[in-house]
Amino acid sequence: MEFFIQILINGLSLGFLYALAALGFVMIFKSSSVLNFAHGALMAIGAFLFLVLSTWARLPIWAAFMLTLIGSFSLGFIIERFFLRPLIGEALIEVIMLTLGLFIMIKGLLLFIFGGDLYSYPDFLPPALTFNWGGIEVPGVYVATFIVGLIFLGLFGFFFKYSSQGIYMRSVADNQPAAMALGVHVRRVFALSWAIAALVGAMSGIVLGIINGINVHQVSDIGLKVFPVVILGGLDSIGGAILGGIIIGLLETFTGGYISSSLREVIPYIALIIILLIKPYGLFGLVEIERV
Amino acid sequence: MRKLQFHPCGNFNETYDRELTIFETDFGRISTLVGLIVLFAVVPFISNAFILYVINTIGIYAIAAIGLNLLIGYTGQISLGHGAFFGVGAYAAAILSMKAGMPFVIAVPLAGLITAFVGMIFGTPSIRLKHLYLCIATLASQFILEYIFIEWEGMTGGAAGISIPAASLFGIDLGSDRNFFYVIFFCFSVMIWLAVNITRTRYGRAFIAVRDNDQAAEGMGIPIFRYKLLAFAISSFYAGFAGALFAYYMISITPEPFGIWLSIEYIAMIIIGGLGSIPGSVFGTVFIVALNEILSHVTEYLMNISPSIGGAITIAPIREFVYGLAIVLFIIFEPKGLAEVWRIVRSSFRLWPFSY
Repeated sequence: MEFFIQILINGLSLGFLYALAALGFVMIFKSSSVLNFAHGALMAIGAFLFLVLSTWARLPIWAAFMLTLIGSFSLGFIIERFFLRPLIGEALIEVIMLTLGLFIMIKGLLLFIFGGDLYSYPDFLPPALTFNWGGIEVPGVYVATFIVGLIFLGLFGFFFKYSSQGIYMRSVADNQPAAMALGVHVRRVFALSWAIAALVGAMSGIVLGIINGINVHQVSDIGLKVFPVVILGGLDSIGGAILGGIIIGLLETFTGGYISSSLREVIPYIALIIILLIKPYGLFGLVEIERV
Repeated sequence: MRKLQFHPCGNFNETYDRELTIFETDFGRISTLVGLIVLFAVVPFISNAFILYVINTIGIYAIAAIGLNLLIGYTGQISLGHGAFFGVGAYAAAILSMKAGMPFVIAVPLAGLITAFVGMIFGTPSIRLKHLYLCIATLASQFILEYIFIEWEGMTGGAAGISIPAASLFGIDLGSDRNFFYVIFFCFSVMIWLAVNITRTRYGRAFIAVRDNDQAAEGMGIPIFRYKLLAFAISSFYAGFAGALFAYYMISITPEPFGIWLSIEYIAMIIIGGLGSIPGSVFGTVFIVALNEILSHVTEYLMNISPSIGGAITIAPIREFVYGLAIVLFIIFEPKGLAEVWRIVRSSFRLWPFSY
């Protein structure tokens, strides 16, 4: 029983991690319907920026955190300005390929600078976050992840539903030419959505780093694990990203715990194929009736 | 004898046949012939062992790249699992020759067919899905196939791999690079010939219609699912065929080279070469393989001049960075790839000095 609960907790925390990673991905998809393969790279950049600022430059944690967020926000702008902007109006396939190229490029750059080593952050979370739950200790990191996830869920829910920028983003994703014709500033929407996605990516990268330590390969692999999560939840659903993340996280740890540890890495993808065959738009995705 | 025509004098195509023709002028036909003669009669004799090895690698990869281009460039379906399909071909050939004792001539095409079948299985999600989703499904197939390569130890030999007896064709031993060169480039020429002609048939036109507008294509009476699946099967066949040649060429195979990195390499090849262009796939393959060799030589050189710097430099990150950069730059500045560059260079020669 204890084993079960331990696995459950591991799965939940892993799930929240996936959910956080998926949030930024859904952000891009919702506002520009681009499958962003570079999301893992954005996460890695955030995580390493925080590492450099907090341990190498020895800034106080809050300053390093704020600077990381600002830095990745601007990085999102820069990426959009120099790489994505020339492709506005081009075929989707080229944009997807471009994000794939960006992913490899950034990963190579980070590997070149930091190598494949495992780095870890100093322990800075307040011990008050750790709590005992029926004899099982839940580490503070998981609680922090949970809180951050909830805050983001709320914020983005409101952002897309009620703010004008959020509504612009949805309109651009739905039909770019029509949104343009109605006076939506498409370029600004793209820039903002990439900036926010980079910011969310950095946040999830940092959380990942706190839990597991950071390693270029590992962080960018999580960027690929995002795909089963968002497919399960529905590509454009924020709530779906959270729930999908948790389900995939649980699936992974339970397979690892009870069946075999080598199957663990593959089971999300097997689930992905099955979901695609049964319910391609996911649990909460917008069903586009387009029978071809 | 008909008068040979060397320069097209504008577009005066009066029939559809004329427009579909491969060689617009006799110049193209003659240069292809000269190219083939040089390839088969001169290249294997003037190049040393290393160059020959590189050329053989290019030949094998180019076959798979052509297959991927038929899928991505012509049918518009992105596949991120091409490296794994290449691996399926390699393993199929290895297993067919080791466990079933099949000769080279049968094992290679059969491996291609097996891969085509596997490709169709993973292509079935395209029944209801557009390319976004399909792209993710192929990503999943990459990981699942990789897992099978490692875990199905009875057949694939697990992480230790499997080795293959040296190929022999009609009693001739193909162990040497030069003999294998002829096999590879014979297959290469046939595969190019097939691919160019597939794109001219009704199937090729249907692929292009699916790529350009799937709804309109369905409206014109093209059964989209069937054609998407066919494109998947053809592309996997090319990958599997190339993989089988690779297995015979390498003699022993492990799961390692067939990772997601190989799939990305193939995508880089066809983007850099030019989407929707058969010669482009070959250009892209030459570019990527040459880049690989140059980068590994540069790092080796750096390591020799100063071990202190060189020790810290490993090839993988630099290679990833350069690939990524090349993909990004080509998409932004020349989305039609090297094939388009080649066309521009050619036509500027032809039009000189009156470029208007």
